[in-house]
Amino acid sequence: MLDLRLYMLQRLTALIMAPLVIGHIAVMIYAVQGGLTVDEILARTQGSVAWFLFYGSFVVAVSIHGAIGLRVISFEWFGLNGRALQLFSWAVFALLFGLGAKAVYAVTFAGVGL
Amino acid sequence: MIRPHRTHPLWFAFLLHRLSGLGLALFLPIHFYMLSLAISAPARLDGFLRFTDLTIVKLAEYGLVFLLAAHLFGGLRLMALEFLPWSPHQKTMAALAVAFAFLVSTLFFLKAI
Amino acid sequence: MANETQTMTQTMTVSIWRENGDDGRFEKYEVPARENQTVLDVVAYVQQHIDPTLSYRFACRVGMCGSCAMMVNGSPRWTCRTHVSKVVANDQLEVAPLRNLPVIKDLATDMDPFFEKWVAAEAVFHPSKTRHDPMAAITPDDPMRIAASEAIECINCAVCYAACDVVESNPDYFGPAALNRSWSLVNDIRDDGQDVRLAAVGSNGGCHNCHSQQGCVQYCPNELNPTLSIAGLKRETTKALFRRSR
Repeated sequence: MLDLRLYMLQRLTALIMAPLVIGHIAVMIYAVQGGLTVDEILARTQGSVAWFLFYGSFVVAVSIHGAIGLRVISFEWFGLNGRALQLFSWAVFALLFGLGAKAVYAVTFAGVGL
Repeated sequence: MIRPHRTHPLWFAFLLHRLSGLGLALFLPIHFYMLSLAISAPARLDGFLRFTDLTIVKLAEYGLVFLLAAHLFGGLRLMALEFLPWSPHQKTMAALAVAFAFLVSTLFFLKAI
Repeated sequence: MANETQTMTQTMTVSIWRENGDDGRFEKYEVPARENQTVLDVVAYVQQHIDPTLSYRFACRVGMCGSCAMMVNGSPRWTCRTHVSKVVANDQLEVAPLRNLPVIKDLATDMDPFFEKWVAAEAVFHPSKTRHDPMAAITPDDPMRIAASEAIECINCAVCYAACDVVESNPDYFGPAALNRSWSLVNDIRDDGQDVRLAAVGSNGGCHNCHSQQGCVQYCPNELNPTLSIAGLKRETTKALFRRSR
């Protein structure tokens, strides 16, 4: 089920995300005070290479990590295996990465003339 | 699901890690979708963000932050278990991970309301 | 004899799994409720006094041979060293065959898959010397000797195998006992099969499937720590990956 390669990917993405999650929680605690607005979010992130790299690497790591995690759960708890499991894992990765990339683009560079 | 042989603290730590991961993975597509509205439909996103001012939604957010923090600290515990010298305090570490998650998410909730 | 009759007045009910090529079911038996008896004593009483067709497995009765493990009230136990008074819950005692193994009949399980996985996990010694070579000198304070010592004294009872949820959900998974044995051999400097061993424990059924639920540690009657051993294998296979890529 989980061979060395997938295990390493899972731990590597976890290690990358550990500081990112701590940063994300810190930003949430700071930003949630007084409520959230679109302008407030965009003022922080729009045109920022730093936030693009922060959320960009976050999305890449979480897409891999989430896909492997759901792969294990669907195998162990729902008996999915073989080709179906392979397809499912890639579909989860594609969904998370696609939606995540769109979100990161939207809050960083979408409204900025490049 | 909880059968007699599973009733020990570290099995519950496993269950929390699995369910928090599952919950986060299911939440993420919605999270990403809402954020991508920032440019295409900012009014809709602002409408949604006003909806998050409701106390019931704040409570749901409290839950989500708890899941995130529990998965973070639980994951750090697992990687410490695997890559650092063995500690005989496994149950204490699992309890600490939950305590930290509770602390951090409660701090978020207090700032949110 | 008078004493025997006296103790017979106090009885308890035990549910025992009966299966013989069918679906299997629990059957109830009235047995003496003695102050001091093990679960194996109760099973033996049923077989000797109530139903001689009850099949179960035991040998040494002193916790050395590892053949009498069963599920007792839902948890895996070595029945010869498990006192009824310690595990009875609400006056209920339920004895079933070990989890995660095919049942041959009643309480006797087929241990073949369990031992086949020891071989698959390369939990077998690969000698590096012959009988004509001098003995390997290993001092007791050698760190590898200490690491190996922590993982020995396994009696192959399969209690950990029955406690493990990963074994339940993944038929390929080698399980705690086999991987624990592999780890003790990783720390054996006389062994000449480390590359094939690390390849085996890093394969599809290997150590990376472990979720560190530590049910094996919880239930091991000899207080071994297979989770620690599996963590060691995870580290060694990771290190080997970096060695290979250099």
